[in-house]
Parts: sequence; C-alpha cells; structure tokens
Amino acid sequence: MSRSLLRFLLGRVVGLVLVLLVTSFVVFSAVHLAPGDPVSFLMRGRPVTPEARAALTAQYHLDEPFLNQYFMWLGDVLGGDFGRSVQFRQDVGDLVAQKLPITAFLVVYAMVLVTVVGLALGILSALRPGLVDKLVLAWTGTSIAIPSYIAATVLTSVFAVKLGWFPLYGAGEGFTDRLWHLTLPAVALALTFAGLLARVTRSAMLDELSREHVEVARSRGVPEGQVIVRHVLRNALGPIVTVVGTMVAGMLVATSIVETAFSVKGVGSLLVNSVTVKDFPVVQALTLLVVAAFLVANLVVDLLQPLIDPRLALGGDEK
Amino acid sequence: MFEKTVTSGDAPLLDIEGLTLRLPDHAAARPILDGVSLRVGRGETVGLVGESGSGKSVACRTVLGLLPQGSRTEGAVRVAETDVLGLGPAGLRGIRRRQVAMVFQDPRASVNPMRRVGDFLTEGLRLLGMSKKQAPARAEELLAEVGIRDPRGALRRFPHQFSGGMLQRVVIAAALAGNPALLLADEPTTALDVTTQAEVVGILRRLQVRHGTGMLFVTHDLELAAAICDRIYVMYAGRIVESQPAAALFEHPRHPYTAGLLASTPRLEADSEPPRAIPGRPVSLAEAPEGCAFAERCAFAVERCRTEVPALVHDGPAAVACLRAEEGILT
Amino acid sequence: MTASATPLVPGGAPRLPGARRGAPGRIRTLAAQGPLFTAAVVVLALLVLLAVFAPLLAPYDPNAINLKNSLAGSGPDHWLGTDQSGRDILSRLLYGARTGLLGPLAVVGVSTVLGIVMGVVAAWRGGWVDSLLSRSMDLLFAFPAMLLAILCVAVFGTGLTAPVIAMMVAYTPYVGRLVRAIARQEKSRPYIESYRVQGWSGWSICVRHLIPNITPTVLAQSAINFGYALMELAGLSFLGFGVQAPTADWGVMVSEGQGPLLKDVMLPALAPATAIVIAVVAFGIVGEGLADRVAKRER
Repeated sequence: MSRSLLRFLLGRVVGLVLVLLVTSFVVFSAVHLAPGDPVSFLMRGRPVTPEARAALTAQYHLDEPFLNQYFMWLGDVLGGDFGRSVQFRQDVGDLVAQKLPITAFLVVYAMVLVTVVGLALGILSALRPGLVDKLVLAWTGTSIAIPSYIAATVLTSVFAVKLGWFPLYGAGEGFTDRLWHLTLPAVALALTFAGLLARVTRSAMLDELSREHVEVARSRGVPEGQVIVRHVLRNALGPIVTVVGTMVAGMLVATSIVETAFSVKGVGSLLVNSVTVKDFPVVQALTLLVVAAFLVANLVVDLLQPLIDPRLALGGDEK
Repeated sequence: MFEKTVTSGDAPLLDIEGLTLRLPDHAAARPILDGVSLRVGRGETVGLVGESGSGKSVACRTVLGLLPQGSRTEGAVRVAETDVLGLGPAGLRGIRRRQVAMVFQDPRASVNPMRRVGDFLTEGLRLLGMSKKQAPARAEELLAEVGIRDPRGALRRFPHQFSGGMLQRVVIAAALAGNPALLLADEPTTALDVTTQAEVVGILRRLQVRHGTGMLFVTHDLELAAAICDRIYVMYAGRIVESQPAAALFEHPRHPYTAGLLASTPRLEADSEPPRAIPGRPVSLAEAPEGCAFAERCAFAVERCRTEVPALVHDGPAAVACLRAEEGILT
Repeated sequence: MTASATPLVPGGAPRLPGARRGAPGRIRTLAAQGPLFTAAVVVLALLVLLAVFAPLLAPYDPNAINLKNSLAGSGPDHWLGTDQSGRDILSRLLYGARTGLLGPLAVVGVSTVLGIVMGVVAAWRGGWVDSLLSRSMDLLFAFPAMLLAILCVAVFGTGLTAPVIAMMVAYTPYVGRLVRAIARQEKSRPYIESYRVQGWSGWSICVRHLIPNITPTVLAQSAINFGYALMELAGLSFLGFGVQAPTADWGVMVSEGQGPLLKDVMLPALAPATAIVIAVVAFGIVGEGLADRVAKRER
C-alpha cells in the first residue's frame, strides 16, 4: 500500500469520525432543544416519579454543565450504553441488537432484489434500444415514483389478501419461513431503488458502449457476450457501485415504513414506535446507527472506486 | 510489387468490389460510399488516402464487417475469396481472429483503460485457443517483439501508465498475435507525437515484412503513404478518384484532387513552392453535389464536370476518375 | 452603472432560448419538449386547480362521517366510494391535494432559495467560506431527509411543521451542491470577468447574471425534489407523524385505507395511492424534461 493511499484512508476515517461526533452532538442536544425540561421530555406521557427523575438525571448527567453532560453521555455511548428504553424498560443496546437481525435480513434481501432486478433491467434497456428500452424506461420511471407504503398497500391487497400467497404480517422463524414472510416487504422496499439502479446502469452502460475500445474488442473477434461483460459492464461498475452504496442508508430509513406496513418487528418499526411513544433514547441510538451505516457504506464505496478504475488509484503511476 | 498479386496465381488477399454503403436517415438513405473497388495482394502495402469525411475509415472497417448501425451495402468485400458482408457472427469472428487485424487511430481509446495491458493481449491469444498458462508467455514475446522494455512488468501495468507511442506498440503487438494475413491500419500515427510517429511506422513496417502480412494503410498524409506503400488509392467524397503505384502517383498525379493534396503539403526543400491549400472544404458523399464531387473546388472544372459523374478509367497500373484526365491538364 | 448601459461583453451572458419571450413563445417551447412533457405539465396544472378550488368542486364535506354508508363502492352518489367512516373519498382526495402540495411547496421553495444562496456564496467567495459551506452540506448529506424529519417529530411532536422544516434543511444540500458546481463553472467564463472589469459589483453580477443563468438547471432539480418531498411527506403522514388523522391528506388516507384493504376493499387506499404516484411521476417527467432542455442548450 502506498503512502498516499494510506494518508487518503486516514483522512477518510478521520472525516467519518468527525461527522459521527457532530451527529452525536445534534442527537444529544435534541433533548435540550425540545420544549420543556429534559426530564419531562424524556418521560413524556408518564408521571415523573422521584425515582424516575433520579434515574434519568443520572443517565443523562443532567446535574452537570451542558458540555460535560454531552461528553459523559458520549463516553457511555462509546461504551455501548445508550441508556434504557422508557417503553420496554430494557437496555437500548440490547433492544436494538435483538431487533437488528430481522431488519438486516430484510435489507439484505431487498438489496439482492435491487441488484439483480436493477442490473438486469438496466442492461436489457441499454442493449435493446427501441421498444424494449422504452418499456423498461416507462416501468423504471413509474417504479421510482411508487413509495414503499403504496407498494406495500398494493402488494398486500393482491398477494396477501386476494391470492393469499404470502402472509399478511410478521417476520417468521427460521430461514425459509423468514424468506417467505419477508418477500412482500422486501419487494416493497426494493421497488423504488431497483428503478433507480436500472436507470443508472442503463446510462453508465450506454456511455461505455459508445467507447472505441468496445469496437476494438469486437474487431478482434471477441464474442459479444464477453465484450459486454468484460468491457462494457466491467467499466460501468463505478456509478453502479456508488449508487448502490448510497442506497444503504435510505433503505434503512425506509424499513421504518415497510416494517410498519407489514407489522415486522425490526429496527424500522422500533423507530416509528419509539417516536410515537416518545422513547427518546431508542430514537437517539437508531439515528446514530443509520448515520453510521451511511458513512461506512460511503467509505466502502470510496475505497472500491480505485479498484474499479485504476486511473483513480492514488500514487498509481509506478514509473 | 503489383506483380506479386499476379504471380502468386490466386485471388488477391483483399478484394473490395463496387462497395456502396448507405445509412438509413429518415426515409431517404444517406450514401457514404459509392462503388468503391480496392485490392490488396499478399504481403503488399496499399495506401488509402483522403481527407476527413471521405469515407476511408468506413471503407476500412467494412473489411472487418464493422458496419455503422442499420447501414445497407451493395457490392462485395472479399477476404481470401470469402465475402465478409455475407458472413454471420461466427464467420465474422473467425475472420477477425485469424485473418484480418486492425490498428486504430488512438491507442488510448483502443485499449480498455480499466484492464491490465496483459489482459488486452491474452484476451486475443485465448481466442486463438491458447491455454491460460501459455498466453502470458506468448504475450511477453509479442511485447518484446515490438520493442517494449521489461515486457513481463508491462503485462501487469495499466494503459494509463504507458505513453501513447508505447501503447500503440502494444496495440500492434496484439494485432499481430494471430499472425493475420491482412493488417488494417487506420491512421495509426495521427494521435501520436511527431517523434514517436516514425518509430511506430518503422515497427509496423518491420513486422509486416517479417510476417509477410498484407497491409491497408489508411491516412490523410499522402507523403507518409507514398513513403511506405506500394500502391495508393485516393478517395474523395466516398469514391475512389485515383490509384497508382506510389512513386508514380507522387511524381505524376492524374487527378486534380491528388495534385491539390500534394501541393498543399509543405516541403522541406529550399527551392520548392510554398504550400497551397485546396480552396473550399472537403465534403462527404451525402452532401456532395451532382456530377464530380470535387468540381466545386477544382480549378479545372468545366460545365460537364457538374453534371456527369466521372467513371474510374484504368490505364495499366493506374486508374483515374476525371473527365479531363486525358487532356493533360496537370502537366 | 445602470442596467440600461450596454455591457461590452464578448458574446454576452448565454441565456436559455425563449427565456425573455412572451407567454405564447414559452408555451411553444414547452410543447416542443414532447407530448409526455406537455401531458405532465397539464396534469400538474390540473392538480393545482383542483387543490385551489377543492371547496367548490368537492361534492361532500370531506370530514362528514356517515357510519351507515361505510365502505360504499363507487356509484353515482360517490364516484370513488366512501371510506370506513362513510366519508366521500373523492371529496377527501380533492382536499387532500391541498396539504399534499403545500408541504412540498414549502420544502422546495425554501430549500431552493437556501441552496442557491449557499451554493453561490460558496462558489463566489471560495476559500474558507467555501470549505465551511461545503463541509456543512456534506454533513447534511449524512442525514437522509426521512431520518431528519423523524428525529424532528420525536423532538417537537407530530404535525406537518416539524417534518417540513426538517426537510427544508435536508433538501438544501442537494440544491446547494448543484448550484456550487455550476456557479463555479459559470464564474470562470469570460463574461463574468468582463463585467467585473467594467466595475460591476460582485453582488449585482450574481443577482443579474449568474443566478439567472443557473436558474434553469436548479429549476429542473427542484421539480424532481418536489416529487420526492411529496412522496416523503405523505409517507410521514402515513406513519402518523405528519398531517394528523381526521384531516383529509393523501398519506393519511393511504394509512386509513389499510383496514378496508384486509376486507378486500381497495378503493380507500388505492385512490390516494394513485394520486400520489401520478403527481410524483408528473413531477419527475417535468424535472427530466427541464434538465434535457438545459443539456440541449449546453450543446
């Protein structure tokens, strides 16, 4: 690994940590931004018993000056202690860890659908100009405009209520059952993102198809399939990977809608539920989780780019 | 050189006969080439000279069956007696892998920038049926042959780590990998620095002679063509307007356009005349007026030139398409 | 220098063809964008009219409950049927267009203005001002708009205000980054320099020339943003965070339609869902059409 690459990496990691710090500060100070005193905000909807007040004061170090409060809270968070859920009377870290596998399953499932369908449609419309291209464009244009709550509504009414092929709600137990339960939610989640990926893939492919080296490969007798895979698709990977990376965070947030619509007890519905009942420590933890996921996904994308396009590799010129 | 074709006894290596090519443009098809006939013998070097838009590159690419999208053709493009225009995808791949190879204008654009140079070479070698193990060793040999230092290291590098001239050597090495009978070179030095141009042409010539490869050399540079070619075809607006053995063409051009091209090239000799540009701008066949396409720019044009398309008239090894060629206007 | 002085500008500031033309010319250039674009514009204009004149057009009070007539199918009395509480769906749909369009309008209006200001200032001033503004925009990118809106609801409570303000902030960097990029490009063009040489102040060059020249591109982005904002705000209402339940709103209606859905009655959810999709598609087509126009001008 060259030194400049190392420095680049270090810079990115420092940037990531800084953004996370700012985020944590925003998330923490939100308690104080809320109208009224922090304890009653944190206990909203419940009678504030002296014990509860003492517990919250200790948890949020409310008797300390503001900045000290923040740093003490941050120390706790870094140690994995996000406080206790007001609603579940349980450690927030444990609560999230308990719900995360379902949401991770859902997001990975949807991501697989997005990648397979998005790439297939994008490639198809780039390689078949004319009617096929127009049809795919019409479909992707529409699917981008179908929000997940509407997709969920339609999918439920057709495939769960009318046809009864899939369950109405729940996440299921075991791999196959879970796959079956989460199919409709995953499709609802994937729809918009697949349309987006198809569009990006199409335009990246069209860009690459017009390059001369593609024609050169054909002129050397390389079979068309190999030309498409080795030269066109391979070179179009940059924008495709970028857009897939930026989808991760959006998808995590969108699980809140999809999980609510399908009554899947994951992190997404936990977020909605916590907002509804003002369980703020949980909201704080989940916000940080999503922002961290966004930052890590972006970092991974940035690190992948030089592997995709060697011209971007820093200090790449060995001469 | 011309005799070579005749004495070898069989048909020419490349025989383009009456090639007409049209692009679909709305209802009326737009013509690009009109009745182009051209031959290259085994081991022969033939120049195809013309300005941009003359259709020389399009003509060159038809030899590999690389036609513009949706174009229609008449005539024949025969490589060793096989009509390329009638071939299906599999047949075309066969011709492209083993019989005809092409070197393009810009090496930067010709090689996939995201793959290693070794990949570029072995991709072609694998298509020739070489095993995964053999291909890199052969690629190394090929690079050594075109004068690339440290060929083993070069295989691991990416195209952007090479200079333009070095990359064009790689492209030439790849083109000659399948030992093709015919090499198409489409302005192979135009995108390079002047100093590297001579080197690349030198390598091309050396390898061509060593392997006995026939070459169709497409260029806008008449002087360069005259220096390396046995025979030269001059193209204007999608038609061949003149062909002659190189030396004869250089000394006694028969078409006013060829004479104009020669006069517009700056000379190094002290007593030579200053270069004179041909007035007007080159036109493509689609925008050419009726009659002789060059008439608009020709100092010798008469009324007849604007109505009648001159036929290519053969006279021994020479041929010219000018209504007034017999009159000795250029002497 | 007054505005009427003829500036000695090489080529002058490039303008969108038809930018200073009268209304008929404008309509012609819009129609030249293709039938799909025209259709989308007509749909959007219709939507606005329906929202504005909802009180005149709605056949019923959108909140009039009639439990005896719950979940009536479509018929001559109720074209789109009634919902679970027997409210007329068509009337609710018409009224729902109001919150459906007003929220995104506020989001897009404010984020566009903020974005232009941030982008132009960053590009024009450069240096540390640019770094500061660019970094803060990068920071905002880390928050998906939905997440920021949900966080704001958690802090300030439900209702349209908190999410709309959150999304104003979240959408600003999308405009800001775009504006910064084109303003930097535009700034390096010779016409800007020649205005400077003539003694125009930076402020008046920005307001009179720079901003008008980047407006078409920004407009295209804003049209697309409008669709997204509509989609996301309706989503928040669907979750119960935005517009609150008895009020007629498309997102609320989709949410309320979930119950009937289980009884295989689709219209209460499907009608508002279709309205949302149509509106978002129309905004998308208009946005892409405008972007195409800009791209053509650049060529």
